[in-house]
Amino acid sequence: MVYLTRKLEFSASHLYHNPAFSAEENKRIFGKCNNPHGHGHNYTLEVTVAGEPDPVTGMVLDLKELKEILEREITQRMDHRFLNYEVAELKDQIPTCENIARVIWNLLDPKISKGRLHKVRLYETPDLYADCYRNGARGA
Amino acid sequence: MTGGLKIELGRRYRFSASHRLHSAKLSEEENRRVYGKCNNPFGHGHNYVVEVSVSGTVDPATGMIANLADLDSFVEREVIEPFDHKSLNEDVAAFRANVPTTENICREIFARLKHFPKARIERVRVEETGNNTFEYAGEEL
Repeated sequence: MVYLTRKLEFSASHLYHNPAFSAEENKRIFGKCNNPHGHGHNYTLEVTVAGEPDPVTGMVLDLKELKEILEREITQRMDHRFLNYEVAELKDQIPTCENIARVIWNLLDPKISKGRLHKVRLYETPDLYADCYRNGARGA
Repeated sequence: MTGGLKIELGRRYRFSASHRLHSAKLSEEENRRVYGKCNNPFGHGHNYVVEVSVSGTVDPATGMIANLADLDSFVEREVIEPFDHKSLNEDVAAFRANVPTTENICREIFARLKHFPKARIERVRVEETGNNTFEYAGEEL
């Protein structure tokens, strides 16, 4: 099995707010991330696909194809967007790193035609990231 | 909806500390041979990076495995505060008897963090320099 990873960056804004909480609870739980005007990050996404290289092409999957999937599913949907308001999949969810990574997993998993989606790692900053992978799969 | 998916949160922290690699179980000469420059009696230092991975259920109300403020303050109290700008050999009790190699630092940090009450500590990764990285996930399989 070979694991291949493709990286991409996108920039987006978000805010953390749960309407079920009082204003004070929102502030206490989410701190600075509760600013009603939102704030932004340069996100870095690493997508890892696992598979056996094709004996003819030597590829697990064509990187060009993966790049197009990422462009269509992630960049066009999330880059330079306000995640809370403009990404339907995140509606009614707090757009934390954990939730965005899961949404990205669910968007990509059915689109990977060769090999198998192994891991999604989403960096919100260089010091904070979320990993998403199948239960029982090898961790980071 | 998350069926079959595992989500982990990774967070990086930093501390700077000095250490000396010297084992009481080895002779002076053996220490010099085994540890080389790291056996310098005056010690030397590194900028360490500690990467902590936690897992658990993502709370639908907060979207979080664990509130970062809780994780940050726990790691700060258990690791950064006692290690940062310290001599690991002299200032951290665990390294009086154990050589403060990054392997042992990794295990010590894991032991200090594994009681984090809000999420499961999956693993600890320590970078001694940009070129040397060590990882420990406990002994349970």
